[in-house]
Amino acid sequence: MNATPAAIALRGVTKKFGHVVANKNVDLDVRRGEILAILGENGSGKTTLMNMISGIYYPDEGQIFIDGAEVMIRSPKDAFHYKIGMIHQHFKLVDIFSATENIILGIGDGKYNLKAAESQVREISERYGFVLAPDKKIYDMSVSEKQTVEIIKVLYRGADILILDEPTAVLTPQETDKLFQVLRRMRDDGKAIIIITHKLHEVLAISDRVSVLRKGEYIATVNTAETNESELTEMMVGKKISLNIERSEPKAPQDRLIVKNISCEGVMGRKMLDDVSFTARSGEILGIAGIAGSGQKELLEAIAGLQNLSGGDILYNDPKTMQTVDLRDKSPTEIRELGVRLSFVPEDRLGMGLVGNMDIIDNMMLRSYRRGHSMFLNRKDPRDLAQRIIDDLEVITPGATTPVRRLSGGNVQKVLVGREISSHPKVLMAAYPVRGLDINSSYLIYNLLNKQKEHGVAVIFVGEDLDVLIELCDRILVLNSGKVTGIVDGRTAKKEEIGLLMTKTDYGTEVQANG
Amino acid sequence: MADTALKEKKVHEPLFHIVKRSGLIWYKAWLIRIFAIIAALIVCALVTMMLAHQNPIKVYQTMLSGAFGTQRRIWILLQSLAMLLCVSLAVTPAFKMRFWNIGGEGQVLIGGLATAACMIVLGGKLPNALLLVVMVIASMAAGAIWAMIPAVFKAKWNTNETLFTLMMNYVGIQLVSYFSMVWEARKGSGQIGIINQDTKYGWMPVLGNYDYLLNIIIVAVITVLMYVYLKYSKHGYEIAVVGESQNTARYIGVNVKKVIIRTMLLSGAVCGIAGFLLVSGTNHTINTTTADNRGFTAIMVSWLAKFNPLFMVLTSFLLVFLQCGANEISTKFGLNKSFSDILTGIILFFIIGCEFFINYQIKFRHSHKEVQ
Repeated sequence: MNATPAAIALRGVTKKFGHVVANKNVDLDVRRGEILAILGENGSGKTTLMNMISGIYYPDEGQIFIDGAEVMIRSPKDAFHYKIGMIHQHFKLVDIFSATENIILGIGDGKYNLKAAESQVREISERYGFVLAPDKKIYDMSVSEKQTVEIIKVLYRGADILILDEPTAVLTPQETDKLFQVLRRMRDDGKAIIIITHKLHEVLAISDRVSVLRKGEYIATVNTAETNESELTEMMVGKKISLNIERSEPKAPQDRLIVKNISCEGVMGRKMLDDVSFTARSGEILGIAGIAGSGQKELLEAIAGLQNLSGGDILYNDPKTMQTVDLRDKSPTEIRELGVRLSFVPEDRLGMGLVGNMDIIDNMMLRSYRRGHSMFLNRKDPRDLAQRIIDDLEVITPGATTPVRRLSGGNVQKVLVGREISSHPKVLMAAYPVRGLDINSSYLIYNLLNKQKEHGVAVIFVGEDLDVLIELCDRILVLNSGKVTGIVDGRTAKKEEIGLLMTKTDYGTEVQANG
Repeated sequence: MADTALKEKKVHEPLFHIVKRSGLIWYKAWLIRIFAIIAALIVCALVTMMLAHQNPIKVYQTMLSGAFGTQRRIWILLQSLAMLLCVSLAVTPAFKMRFWNIGGEGQVLIGGLATAACMIVLGGKLPNALLLVVMVIASMAAGAIWAMIPAVFKAKWNTNETLFTLMMNYVGIQLVSYFSMVWEARKGSGQIGIINQDTKYGWMPVLGNYDYLLNIIIVAVITVLMYVYLKYSKHGYEIAVVGESQNTARYIGVNVKKVIIRTMLLSGAVCGIAGFLLVSGTNHTINTTTADNRGFTAIMVSWLAKFNPLFMVLTSFLLVFLQCGANEISTKFGLNKSFSDILTGIILFFIIGCEFFINYQIKFRHSHKEVQ
C-alpha cells in the first residue's frame, strides 16, 4: 500500500531561533484517514514544527511533501492552498461577531452570502457531530464552543489536513470526550489529523500513531496500539521516571485562612465570585479546580489584596500571636505589615509575578526592596538569595544578572516559586504553577509544594490537570462561574465527579446527555 | 514520484527570510552601528552631489567646522548639548515608566516663563542670590505643576497622557505669547526683549570668561544624579517596575497612581530647570521658541540611549552635532534650510534603522549552507 504517499511528509526539517534549535532534522509522515499524535514536552518543538506546516514559520532546512510532491509553504495562504488548517491554542476570533461571520472572515473571494454560509456551517456541523448555533456571538460562547468555531472555520475552507495544537488544554473531561468523537468522525471521513499534546492518556485514547519529539529532535514514531504510558514517557523525557506524586497525611492541621461568603464583581458588573466560602488549613494542600475563568484568578487576588470585594471576609489566624486578622479591603502592603506571611505564585509569571526584562537579582527584590529606611536599594541580600535559588533549585541560567525572560519556562517558574518560598510563608497560593513546564520541572514544583505542606504551610493550588489535582491535593474545591459547587476529598474523588461539578449549572443538560 | 511532481509545478524558495537574533556580542552591535553611520554619510554624499552639485568631502568638512570650527562654536555646541541633555534627562523617568510625556516642550516653556516672571517682577527687590534661589524654585514648581496635571488625570481617570501632555504644550505656548504682550519691551513689539539688560538682576553668574560653563556644570550634575536615581534608588526601581508591568507593580503592592504622579512631578521639575537655564543662563529673555523643539527631540535622545542617562550624553551630542553641522552647510553653500533637515533625516534613518539589523538577521536563499 505504499503507492499512496503520505498526506504530509517532512524530511530533515530544521528551524533555529538564534542559538536555539527548535527543530533539528525532523522527519514525519501523516497519512489520510489517521490521527497522528505529536508528543513532546513543552519546549520540545511541537508547535514550531506545526507552524512550519501551516506557513507561519519558514524552515531553515529540509523539505515538505504533500501527497508526494515537494512544496514550499511560505505563508498561511500557501498552507490554505494545500488544504492545511491549523487550530491554534489561542483562539483567533472576533468577539462581537457571530460564529458564521468569524468563519467566513477573511476568505476574500468577493462573495459575502451569510445565509449560504450559515447553511454550509450547519451541514458541516451535522456531518461531524458538532453542536453549534451559527448565529451565536463569540462573547456568549464557552471555551469549547469557541474551539468548535475554530475547527469549523478550517473545515469550511476545505482543509483536509487538520492540525490541533493542544486542543484539550482548556476543556473539561466531558468536552474532551466530545472533541475526540468529532475527531474520529473526521478521520473516518478520510482527513489527516495531527494533534499536539503532552498528555499521555489522551494520546493513547485518540491517536492511531504517535511521533515523539524531544528537545527539538525527532525520536521515533510508534503505533499507539503497541505502546504504553511508561514507554512513551521514556521516549519523551529520555530516561525512566516514576509518574507518582507522593501525598503525605496532613500533620495537625489548623484553620489558617478562613474565607467567608466573599463576592466580587468584574467589569460590567458580572459576578466573578459569588458567595465563596472555604477554609485553608495548615499542613494541607487545598486544590482548586474549575474551567478556566471560573473565578480562580479573582479568588487568589482577593486573598492577596488585589481585588475589591463587594461582600464577605477573609480571616487569617496568625500562628504566632494566635490572633485573627481580617484581610478584606487591605492592600498587599498593609497585609504584609500586619505580619501575615502570604506568598502568591500568580498565573501570569512574566506579566505579574516577575518582570521579564529585569535580571534575577532585581526580581528577587520585588518583594523585599522596601526594607530599610534608606532611599537607596540594597542589592546585596537579593544577590545572595538569587544565587541560593539558582543553586538549590538548579536553575539553568548564564548567571544571576540574566534577564528572566531569557530563561526557559521551567526555570522562570523556579525563580518565582523560589522567591515566594524564601519568605517562609504560612499561606502559599500557586495558580497553575506547572503550566507549560516539562515533566521534570513539574515534579520539582510538586515536591516543593509538598515540602511546604510538611512545614505546616497552608498551600492553595489552582490546577487544570484533574489527574494531578487528584493525586496531589488533600481536598479539592470546585469553582463554577464564581460559585463553589463542591469541596471533595482528594483521596476518594473521581475525575468524572469533579468534571460534573465544574460544569453542572451551565451545561446541565449536555452533561446528562453524556453521562 | 516527487521528481515528476517537481517538474510539473516549479516552486521557489523565498529569496530571504528574517530570523531573530539572540543577543549579539556588544562589539558586533557597535560595528553594525558604525557601519550604519558610514553608509548614512555615503548616501548623504550622493544626495549632496545629485541635488546640490557640491563636493561631498567639502560638505563634510563644512559640517565639522560648523560644529567645532572655532572656540565659540565649540561652546555653542556644548551649550546646546547641555540644554538638549537636560530636557532629555527630564523626560526619561516618565518614558521609563512608559508614560508618554510629549509635553516636555510646554514644561520647559512654563519653567522659563516662571523664571522670566521672577526676573521682571522681583528684579532689584531681592538680593540677587536670593532671587536666583526663588527663580529656581519657581521654575521647578511651574514645570512640575504643568506635568502633574496630566499625571493626575491619568492616575485618577486613566486619560490618554500622550494627547493630554501634547495639548498642554499649546496652552504653555499661548501663555508665553500672552505674557510677551503684557511685558513687551517696546510698545507693539510683542517681544519681551533682554530682561534686566543693564542691572543683570536674575542673570546666572558667569564662571570665569565662559558664558555657558555654569549651565554645562549644572546639567552634568543632573546627569549623574539622574543616573543614580534611576539605577540605585527605590524610586527608580518602582519606576522600572511600573514601566515594565503595572500588574507586577500592583502584585507587589506598589501604589501605581502615586508613582505616576511623583515621577511626573520630577519630570516636570527638571524640565522647569531646563527652562530656568535657558532664560536665566542663556537667552535672558523668553519667547514661544525658547524651548526650540527640545521637548520632542529629547524623546528621541532618551529612547536611542535606552533611558541610560550616561548614553544620553552621546546621543544628544550626536543630534546636536548633526544640527550644528547641517545648519552650517545650508548657510555656507547657500542651500535651503530644508537641505540640512534632509541630511539630518538621512543620518537618523540609518542610525535608528540599524537597530533592526542588531535584533534580526536576514537569511538569503541557501545562505545557511554556505555558513556551515
